[in-house]
Amino acid sequence: MNSSILTPFKAIKFLFTKPKTLKYPFEKKEPALRYRGFHTNDWDKCTGCGNCADICPNDAIVMSEISDIEPKEGEKNERPQLDYGRCCFCGLCIDICPPGSLKLTRDYFHIHFDTGTFVFIPKDEKTDKGTFLPSEEYSILKASLTHRKENYEGFTSDLKYALFEPERIPMSEVSPEERKFSFIEQVIGYSKEDAIKEASRCLECKLCEEACPAHLKISDYIQAIYENKPQESLKKIFEDNPIPSICGRVCMAHCEAACSLSIRGEALSIRWLKRYVADTIKDFKSALELNPGAPTGKKIAVIGAGPSGLSVAYFLTLKGYSVIIFDTLPGGGGMMRMGPPIYRLPLESIDKDVNYIASLGVKLKFNTKIGVDIPFEKLMHDFDAIFLGIGTTKSRSTKVKNSEKCLLALDFLHDNKIGKQRKVGKEVIVIGGGNVALDVAREALRLQNIQYPDDKVVAKTVSLEDWDEMPATEEEIKGAKEENIQFNPAWGPKEVVVNEKGEVKGLLCKKVKSVFDEQGRFAPSFYEEKEMFIEGDMIIEAIGQLSDFSFIPESLLDKLEFTKSNKVKVDGNGMTSIPKIFAGGDIVNANLDAVTAIADAKVAAEGIDIFLA
Amino acid sequence: MRELELYFGPQHLGMVGNFSITLNVEGDRIIKATANPGFLHRGFEKLMEQRTWIQNFPLVCRINVVEPDHMELMYAMAVEKLAGIEIPERAQYIRSIYLELARVGSHLFGLWAYANMLGFDTVANWAMYHRDLILDLFEELTGGRVYHIYIWPGGVRRDFPEGFKDKIISTLHAIGSCVPDYDNTFFNNRIFYKRAKNIGKITHEEAIKMGAVGQVLRATGMKQDIRKIEPYAAYDQVEWEVPTRTDGDAYSRIWVVRDEMIESVHMIFKLLDKMPQGEAYTKIPNPFKWKIPGNETYVRCESSRGELGLYLVSNGEDKPYRAHFRTPSYNHGLTILEKALINESIADVGNIMISLYITAPEIDR
Repeated sequence: MNSSILTPFKAIKFLFTKPKTLKYPFEKKEPALRYRGFHTNDWDKCTGCGNCADICPNDAIVMSEISDIEPKEGEKNERPQLDYGRCCFCGLCIDICPPGSLKLTRDYFHIHFDTGTFVFIPKDEKTDKGTFLPSEEYSILKASLTHRKENYEGFTSDLKYALFEPERIPMSEVSPEERKFSFIEQVIGYSKEDAIKEASRCLECKLCEEACPAHLKISDYIQAIYENKPQESLKKIFEDNPIPSICGRVCMAHCEAACSLSIRGEALSIRWLKRYVADTIKDFKSALELNPGAPTGKKIAVIGAGPSGLSVAYFLTLKGYSVIIFDTLPGGGGMMRMGPPIYRLPLESIDKDVNYIASLGVKLKFNTKIGVDIPFEKLMHDFDAIFLGIGTTKSRSTKVKNSEKCLLALDFLHDNKIGKQRKVGKEVIVIGGGNVALDVAREALRLQNIQYPDDKVVAKTVSLEDWDEMPATEEEIKGAKEENIQFNPAWGPKEVVVNEKGEVKGLLCKKVKSVFDEQGRFAPSFYEEKEMFIEGDMIIEAIGQLSDFSFIPESLLDKLEFTKSNKVKVDGNGMTSIPKIFAGGDIVNANLDAVTAIADAKVAAEGIDIFLA
Repeated sequence: MRELELYFGPQHLGMVGNFSITLNVEGDRIIKATANPGFLHRGFEKLMEQRTWIQNFPLVCRINVVEPDHMELMYAMAVEKLAGIEIPERAQYIRSIYLELARVGSHLFGLWAYANMLGFDTVANWAMYHRDLILDLFEELTGGRVYHIYIWPGGVRRDFPEGFKDKIISTLHAIGSCVPDYDNTFFNNRIFYKRAKNIGKITHEEAIKMGAVGQVLRATGMKQDIRKIEPYAAYDQVEWEVPTRTDGDAYSRIWVVRDEMIESVHMIFKLLDKMPQGEAYTKIPNPFKWKIPGNETYVRCESSRGELGLYLVSNGEDKPYRAHFRTPSYNHGLTILEKALINESIADVGNIMISLYITAPEIDR
């Protein structure tokens, strides 16, 4: 220690420097751009999933129902409510928010005598102009949770640092080059490791369960997969859905559309996970350990062995009813049997579900046409209740000139799948833009490749709808594009062109002006003068299906009421206007898919149980 | 002379933090000192058993008010070790830079406390101001000034914002340019020398016997630093020195702190030079389904007070089965303090206590 006693006095120079202290409130210090202050929530983006409330370490967040909000499909009208007496501003809620709607702002002033004001529902800047004020109107003297600065975002969500995984485990598929030449199943399915990994992405917010027409306990069965308990998972699935092998392949997956992960990333592969469970468990009967209920002595006839018919039979058998299913096809599955091509839904998968339901004691009478083999009146007489799950089995035709030269989609699909394979042309035109049209086109392409291995073949589709309004699913469109199916969107058929021998030469099309009218109803309009000729030697029409009620005697049919959109009218218990007759599936709902048919069947099964009680 | 029992703290001007010592004095001399912890017990270790792995992340930093960052690091390191998470190289560098900033900030805070205690208010105010500059850096990087909630399992929570590197450099230059002023006014001040020299002396043998760590041990001449012995983050990537002194008194301890701050600043510059590009975070599993295989682990680091450790046990559930922090102030505040106070005067109690760098929240948890 050699320094002089006077050395510290060198600090005297600081007397002549300016003070460093901030003269608050005249001088303000802006919080940093990432500042973690009060919350703000974009109500348009918020789905009400409640992940923020689940992760909050201090229970500062509860989900509060807001009656003003009309929830969008697959969303809840709940919004997070924050207790700032508990919040520690850690921002975990921000990092778990799947839509990224919840953000922290740079505001941090709240001065109030009433502690009740600390509980607050984060409002949307767009809707709450009273709270969020432009800088010039903002006053620090009034600063509070209800007097805040506009556009004052702080800590926000970043996908790279999010607490969820936005990308799904890729599903392996047979390459387009390989699958084009055969009917091999396109999707290979998850391995155990992949399924567990994919299941681990689930945030358990249960938006999917609301969105699923049959309200499967998705969160629970995904959790069981994650815990590597496929048997538990299957039991959960069978509580609401008795055809998982079918649904695991061709379900329209309303759940995935609602999945909160899908907002900024890819939805959880709920359908493929269901398929994983259904495929992993070889024997449903021993895994499920389900038995028919105590016999009630009542008999139910089910017409149609499609998803709704099979489901209603399953649910009723568990309740102790004796059920007989009648179907014209040689096997179960209904539309699932004749519709989706084998590369999407192999027959073994259908039979696995059907055989299980049969093993519970449901009697299946195939190759039986009601009205021909058995009169409908006899069913009315012999059974305590009848369920109509007949679906839509007749294809519509465009009815343009020479349209009788065209094939109908269902005939084509039906023959290829369960009948004799059709001979196809080298240039196939498919009219339609839905999933059925793409099924037809892709199936035709495979047949072309098989039947003309050395020739150049092409399959084309013509649809009224443009790319953005095409009703087919994105997945189907992607698959078709990969297989080089040619698309002609926004063209309508005008005339089927035939040569003098009566052979199909092509399709004359006219340009579509619009598909829907101002009310959003289907009413296509065309530019009649804008024409295009598409060459082809085979045309298949796939523009929708109709139901066939001809088996019901006219006297009874007159009493059957229909809705405005030409669906069979049923009450809350699934019963039609004729007592004793219940209905479900495509003849009742507008969704026209398997899972909605199951939902209808669940309602009808309960309804029949109440009706016969 | 008559022996008196004197309660020193928790309500005493010379006491920093919620801590108390019972002194047996004879006149001005201390004959016996008994530390009384427990005023700040918040039950963190038990709380951790009731929160999921991710929910503990915002909790652990609150254990030590003065220096939350090393607590975050301990938890993150322990969880990564248990769950087998590898973290990217850039995250390691960011962690090191961030922790060294935290060390400088914590030392400046300690300097404030010490200078304030001895009546050097000028220096105390400088130290507080310079600490605030570092808090500004933290605010920009993490969004929080005191509780940063930044180092989490898998890496760090966000990468550097734009221009942050330059901001670190300019801030550290601003602080570094004041080192001569600090030296003139405080460290080389004869009055300070008289107040601190030969006060609270601990020999090398005593220090080792009583489990001293950090500056307390280094002030007795031992080059002990976990960053060197068991390098974590990016501490093995750059060259740096462990400053030591030999006398083991309050004066030596505070000089070790001073040298350490300067060494930390140099280390930050070197780390910033070498910092690689790339990711700063490895995704951790879905927090709602996250279960860590049953196992136990002990991790340790060199906090600004010395060796800090965490013993963490998982029994395969979504929450820790047991967490236990080994904190430097526990030894310093309970055993070493009692020894160091003997035969000192009452006026030096605060002096010795702060020179040992004791913080009550670390003792109680």
